[in-house]
Amino acid sequence: MEIHTLPISELRRKQPRFRGLESGHRACLGCGEALAARLVTEVIGPDVMIANATGCLEIFTTPWPESAWRVPWIHSLFENTGAVAAGMESALKAQGRSTKVLAFGGDGGTFDIGFQALSGMLERGHSVLYVCFDNEAYMNTGIQRSSSTPHAAMTTTSPPGKERMGKRHLKKDIVSIVAAHHIPYAATSSVAYPSDIRKKVRRALAIEGPTFLQIHCPCPLGWGHESHESIEIARLAVQTGLFPMIELERGGVAGVMPLRNVRPVTDYLKMQQRFRHLFVEDLRAQEELEHIQAIANHNIEVYGLQGEGKDAFDSEGMDTVRRGGMRWA
Amino acid sequence: MLQALEGSQAVAQAVALCRPQVIAAYPITPQTHIVENISKLVADGQLHCEFVSVESEFSAASVVLGAALAGSRAYTATSSQGIILMAEVLFNISGMRVPIVMTCANRAISSPLSIWNDQQDSMSVRDAGWIQLYCADNQEAVDSTIQAYRIAERTELPVMVCMDGFTLTHTLEGIDIPTQKQVDKYLPPYQFSRTLDPRHPITLGTLVSPDFYTEARHSHHQALLNAQAEIVAADQEWFTLSGRRSGGLLTVEGPEQAKVAILSIGSVIGTLRSALEEIPPAQPVKLIKLRSFRPFPADMLRAACQNLDDVIVLERALSPGSGGIVGVEVLSALAELPNPPRVHSFAAGLGGRDIPLEILPRLLKVLSEPTDHRFRLIDLELEKLPIEDR
Repeated sequence: MEIHTLPISELRRKQPRFRGLESGHRACLGCGEALAARLVTEVIGPDVMIANATGCLEIFTTPWPESAWRVPWIHSLFENTGAVAAGMESALKAQGRSTKVLAFGGDGGTFDIGFQALSGMLERGHSVLYVCFDNEAYMNTGIQRSSSTPHAAMTTTSPPGKERMGKRHLKKDIVSIVAAHHIPYAATSSVAYPSDIRKKVRRALAIEGPTFLQIHCPCPLGWGHESHESIEIARLAVQTGLFPMIELERGGVAGVMPLRNVRPVTDYLKMQQRFRHLFVEDLRAQEELEHIQAIANHNIEVYGLQGEGKDAFDSEGMDTVRRGGMRWA
Repeated sequence: MLQALEGSQAVAQAVALCRPQVIAAYPITPQTHIVENISKLVADGQLHCEFVSVESEFSAASVVLGAALAGSRAYTATSSQGIILMAEVLFNISGMRVPIVMTCANRAISSPLSIWNDQQDSMSVRDAGWIQLYCADNQEAVDSTIQAYRIAERTELPVMVCMDGFTLTHTLEGIDIPTQKQVDKYLPPYQFSRTLDPRHPITLGTLVSPDFYTEARHSHHQALLNAQAEIVAADQEWFTLSGRRSGGLLTVEGPEQAKVAILSIGSVIGTLRSALEEIPPAQPVKLIKLRSFRPFPADMLRAACQNLDDVIVLERALSPGSGGIVGVEVLSALAELPNPPRVHSFAAGLGGRDIPLEILPRLLKVLSEPTDHRFRLIDLELEKLPIEDR
């Protein structure tokens, strides 16, 4: 058999987009975070620097002496990513350089342990895009509950049992808290909607000042679903109203992704092992399902997610965009 | 030209002369006057830099880490609880071999809460992999700050300049502030080999398997040991330029023939110097001023102590459950001598308790008590404690 080889430089030229995060890293099959990070770095281009919190993304991309990053990238600690990025931004400002600074963190590093550094960075107005890859638990340490874990979800530290139905508390509304700093731009997005991620990253990078993007990323291992179901599950989180896709400017809602066909939350929950204790003959399980449906209904009402008619940018239409139907988006 | 300046004010001016581009700090007594003075210099347009008023010491250390990696000379200062809160970042900075200079205005650690001076804070992070230089007076604090940048940037190791809180930071002294020209000649513009640059992307702070961790730690240890030469050279070079030395790694003062030495660290050296003049002891006594605690100058210490019979260590911190911190290190270094001197380890002046000149005769009294070599708090007043705690 004849083997054709191409020089690496030529292969790179054939790539459609700039890739800040290269293939060959060690993420699990179907990892939502790896895909989301790739989508973000495709948009930001090479003239950037990234500060990355401790977590799966850091671990699976940089087992020394290998690295999957093609952009300047630094991992310092778990809880200081906002501050490290602020320091980088301050230095670039002092030097009169225009390189963009990004901070990457998981939900643990953002909602919990790194929250103070994030808040400080936002309050001081550093021109940094902070991206939170939200997979709703401490996946890197073996699926422990975080303040982002949704209500009633099972994790290794919120197991269901005779006395408990999974996590007792609600998912922290981080984007509202971030927006309450009255920063120019805060948004949520989902790995199921790549063009939405691109659009929001572009928008954030064009803004002077702190910006924030929360990207919902399924974790097959932690959520208990098949690897090929990540995108479907992420899309259901949006379509049920459990993960509203919103944009906030200076603290006020500036845009939402409408839902053309709102799906019942059970469609989303039943696909995941972390909610399996809600699908048994148990009055408490029934109550929790009703509770979760009420959370979704509340989101739909508060953000006015219910769309009317057909909208290219609603939760159904975005699929068209994603498949290349509207390339400009 | 000599000016009457408060220690903090002098250090602020020294920092400004080093032309830092990013300064991050969080207020804590007794560090506050340093950053207040720096803020004023920035507000008055005398220092052009990004002054980042962070929300915690943890972020102060993180901001300077990010700034130094992004290509700017950076500075921070803290004390006590602040340094303990920073601890995780301090290890991270040194492990990544990032050249940062920090002033530690030494203060006791809670609890019980004390805002006053001892050296428990910087001693508690002695294993963080930073260079630690202790200042005996405010002129040394000024000169050491400038030297620290040169040492840090040449060795790619962070440097902590330790000055006793209040005793130095809030005390007026006649200080010679060097000229900008002198400092510019001494300190070249900031350069760091691993600066983040989009044209040459690098990855920093990776996960290291057991296959490489030991080697990384060894190289860090070796770098600190090698830094001894750089600390000496920086002081020598500064002497050529300014006519002043800060004391290299350590200095020995006093009569050549002395068989007894008192070793100490920080501003208490000044007290001991005065005491030796005002209450002259019966036998000749040397004074060993330890400036560099990390790297610990074991070879130089052995050379300084080889003909001594007794070394009395006086320090302002302790390791509960063990005893003197500097004392143990001195003992361990001198144990390698063929005829090691006896090492007597004491702590005093904890939580701001004054160390009077009369400490000298009390220290020397131990020489006539040859049986008791245990670590002691020499200014302890036991009657203040309930019997069961004594």
